[in-house]
Amino acid sequence: MPAPRWVDALMLVALAAVGYGVMRAAAEWRAPLTPGMRIDLSPTNLPYYAGLSTLRMAIAYIISLVFSLVYARVAASSRIAERVMLPLLDILQSIPILSFMPGVVLGLAAMFPGRTVGLELAAVILIFTSQAWNLAFSFHQSLITIPRELGEAASVYRLGLWRRFTKLELPYGAIALIANSMMSWAGGWFFLMASEQFTLGDKNLRLPGLGSYLAAAADAGDTRALGLGLGTLVAVIVLLDQLLWRPLVAWSDRFKFEQTGSADAPQSVTLDMLQRSAAVHWVQVRLLRPVFSFIDRRMSPMGGTAAGAPPTQPRERARGALVVFALAGVALAAVLAWGAWSALSTVASLTAGDWGYVLRCAGATFLRTSVALLLAAAWTVPVGVAIGMNARLARKLQPVVQIAASVPATAVFPVLLFALLALPGGLNMAAVALMLLGTQWYVLFNVIAGAMAIPSDLREAAMVYHVSGWRRWKTLILPAIFPYLVTGMITATGGAWNASIVSEYVTFAGRKVSTLGLGALIAQAADSGRFPLLLAGTLVMSAIVIAGNRLVWRRLYVLAESRFRLE
Amino acid sequence: MATLAPASPIVPGSVLLAAHNVRKVYGHDRTPVLENVTVELRDGEFIALLGPSGSGKSTLLRILAGLMDASAGDVLVHGEPRRGLNPDIAIVFQSFALFPWLTVLQNVELGLLATGASDDERRRRALKAIDLIGLDGYEEAFPKELSGGMKQRVGFARALVVEPEVLFMDEPFSALDVLTGENLRGELQDLWSEHTIPTRAVLMVTHNIDEAVSLADRILVFGANPGHVRVELSGLPLAERRKKGPARAQLVDTIYHIMTNPTEDAIAFAEQRVARVPSRATGAAAPVERAPRRYQTLPDVGIDDLTGFVQYLSGTGGRGNLHELSRDLQMRADDLLALVEATDLLGLADMQERQVFLTPIGQRFAEVELDEEKAIFRTVAIEHISLLRHIVRELEDAPTHTIEAEGVLDDLEHSFSGAEARRQFETVVDWGRYAELFTYDDAAGELRLDEEHRMDLRTKAQDA
Ligand SMILES: Nc1ncnc2c1ncn2[C@@H]1O[C@H](COP(=O)(O)OP(=O)(O)OP(=O)(O)O)[C@@H](O)[C@H]1O
Ligand SMILES: [Mg+2]
Repeated sequence: MPAPRWVDALMLVALAAVGYGVMRAAAEWRAPLTPGMRIDLSPTNLPYYAGLSTLRMAIAYIISLVFSLVYARVAASSRIAERVMLPLLDILQSIPILSFMPGVVLGLAAMFPGRTVGLELAAVILIFTSQAWNLAFSFHQSLITIPRELGEAASVYRLGLWRRFTKLELPYGAIALIANSMMSWAGGWFFLMASEQFTLGDKNLRLPGLGSYLAAAADAGDTRALGLGLGTLVAVIVLLDQLLWRPLVAWSDRFKFEQTGSADAPQSVTLDMLQRSAAVHWVQVRLLRPVFSFIDRRMSPMGGTAAGAPPTQPRERARGALVVFALAGVALAAVLAWGAWSALSTVASLTAGDWGYVLRCAGATFLRTSVALLLAAAWTVPVGVAIGMNARLARKLQPVVQIAASVPATAVFPVLLFALLALPGGLNMAAVALMLLGTQWYVLFNVIAGAMAIPSDLREAAMVYHVSGWRRWKTLILPAIFPYLVTGMITATGGAWNASIVSEYVTFAGRKVSTLGLGALIAQAADSGRFPLLLAGTLVMSAIVIAGNRLVWRRLYVLAESRFRLE
Repeated sequence: MATLAPASPIVPGSVLLAAHNVRKVYGHDRTPVLENVTVELRDGEFIALLGPSGSGKSTLLRILAGLMDASAGDVLVHGEPRRGLNPDIAIVFQSFALFPWLTVLQNVELGLLATGASDDERRRRALKAIDLIGLDGYEEAFPKELSGGMKQRVGFARALVVEPEVLFMDEPFSALDVLTGENLRGELQDLWSEHTIPTRAVLMVTHNIDEAVSLADRILVFGANPGHVRVELSGLPLAERRKKGPARAQLVDTIYHIMTNPTEDAIAFAEQRVARVPSRATGAAAPVERAPRRYQTLPDVGIDDLTGFVQYLSGTGGRGNLHELSRDLQMRADDLLALVEATDLLGLADMQERQVFLTPIGQRFAEVELDEEKAIFRTVAIEHISLLRHIVRELEDAPTHTIEAEGVLDDLEHSFSGAEARRQFETVVDWGRYAELFTYDDAAGELRLDEEHRMDLRTKAQDA
């Protein structure tokens, strides 16, 4: 057993700090709800606010994770479930969830009258919706790509549902899940500000946290506080990266599904230290292992029966499950039908003039997102290719780019507003800038990956045959990065539309500023409680995103896959 | 050496596991993968399944194991009809199917998790199996640290530790290099023949005729489209299995001949060659009457291999012996057979006994320049390949000289299962492109008549 070290002392301190933080937070949740709660801008409060925000993110993340595992598992269990659940996930992903926030907040506030718990729940739900979908997609993808013989081995050796899940499916999906968890957290930070302050009519509700700190600083025009808040946010993100994600990535290397060992496995200093820590070892052997083994036995129906027990009848159990499924499906369909009917009757009250307005707004936002995406492609393609094709540059710039990318664009937005709002067309430009800031990284990362994947013999061939300049781009680089570029653009489009809601209609320094756009329409309608308009705007936005995915991006993707994939 | 639990005495002749008139159709395929297959696995018996790729051997194995249900017919365990997973079996997989995140010991223990044995008991039995299979010292290693042979040993240990009544193996040695495979095969043979393991019957799928002959009590040769048992041969007496001798050579020869002549009456041939054909009652049910096939089955052979093979034969005096070819070209027997079949089909080569001869046209094909080579190929392909002929005619008749790949595939699915139809399509496209008969646009899913051919048609039309 490893000897205790200073790491152990450090861990104890950290544990105490987290425990204290959770207790403080719990007290906060029981606190009475006070509209217009004041945020104290003194820097000493920053760690506390940062802690609260992180805790909210963590709770939302855990819920997202559990949801995704269950959802993907059920979806992969039968073809019928898959037919329904995957498109549903696609739709959920493209709904601008901010539209529903006022409703959610109202409902939850009514459930816990006078307490902040309702508001906290609303915040968690908002963050959840920015974290869950890609996790579910990723795990489902893993589940359906488990090699056939591995799955058959699990059946032949009768692992049962639970052990199959813990011994095969979860490990097999672990690496993709961790990569997607990092993306989910980035997505969650994007809604940091939106999740901590809600406007209901004329009431302004706030939760203590880093997001509302930033908003308050911007409102007060306090640039020092704004800078400090941003710095704290970056510090939290870097800390999480070093203390959580990197160790996890290094640890999960054992789940890589490969038959031969690889030379360059990911490394993490933190993980090395933890693995040498006595406390961690003790927790592992004395606490985790017995607990897991206990759960394992309880969850596996065969455990405890002697060998040669009568064979289970999977068919009958499957039939039972099917009945439950069918009932749940019918119930769900009923709720959906009712919802659709109410939605229709709500939207029916809109006049042709209203619809004309909705479409004009959609057109304006469409232009804005297009400009943002074009700008993103325009700078990320040359830069990404330069980085990706130059290993030395890549090694130097990658960490910088990663940090830059992880700073949520919404947090930088107040700074942007400072700079741009005074100029003509200010909010217009600021909105495009926010969309650009929020989405360019997806494109950049994908382009870098694409450029790195160009085989060196192709590059050499281009050199030998003196293919250079534009011809080199046309025949080698663009085709090679095209599939990656499309992948990046798919994610970016959805993100840009979502960003319009927070960027086209803003409260800044006590004043409300807006511009023509679908995001502004949604935000305004939510603010003023015009539900028919809110619903219409939301539906139109979802429809545009889904149609864009199906009609443009998917097709380009299929084309890219079949024609340009370098094998 | 350790032994596992002693086996109870074997009752010769009693049937442990049987498939009766099994038929299997995958998904919405129009044609079955297996049709009317009857196989009985008796106490103390080692059966080998041989047959071309895609003839449904693995499918039958999975149906017998209970991993999937048959579309029609019965599976009987100890005479009782059964659905769902068969309780007393284990499988050794071609890809090993080890869990990379578990150690060797944990992988072996996996088989025992469901038995409810205590942790200690589980460990004890796993260690014994590891010892038995020669993996001592590797208990804490992860699969990725092991060589292929060692990995498959883990596969065997995991299967044997559950003390299955019936052991299934799906090409257990074909992912290993030759020597490693042979070594492991020998060890398995010892365990089996000395009753060191309590397993009462083994069913092995293989591509390797030698392997089947040296291990099996009974050998079933499968035919394709749909998969069926063509013939059932009894294996050699134990004493003659391992040593090279005339009896063994003759059995290997016979199987070679049967497998290289997929259309011949295998039962009649086997009866005439060896007096070892068992009763027809169990295995080789009379072939089912089927509607005549519209197209031949094209062997899954790429054009490069085909031309390379003809060149090679021409270099060795225009002839070759199958055994020697398999050795010199370092090819698996069934891959070589596919090549021979393709050249035979095209009239480039002939096959007699186990000799392949180039025909005069095959000889010319090997000697001429690329352009003429293609011209020759075009002629023989149009002459001999019904599917190719059919496609070219359709292309000539179509107004734009273009047809949809979908249509051809649809047509093929009347004669082949979904996956096989696709393979047939890919082969015919490969051959047709090389012959410069048509081009294929994968993205648009269209076949288009070759430019020159189209011009010919146009001038002809103008002349008329
Ligand atoms: N899950 C599946 N769904 C659809 N078709 C399948 C499936 N599994 C196998 N097939 C098809 O069924 C046919 C028989 O497959 P099978 O694997 O049983 O053949 P095999 O004799 O084992 O071949 P091989 O020697 O290549 O292993 C093939 O055409 C195959 O493509
Ligand atoms: Mg097979």
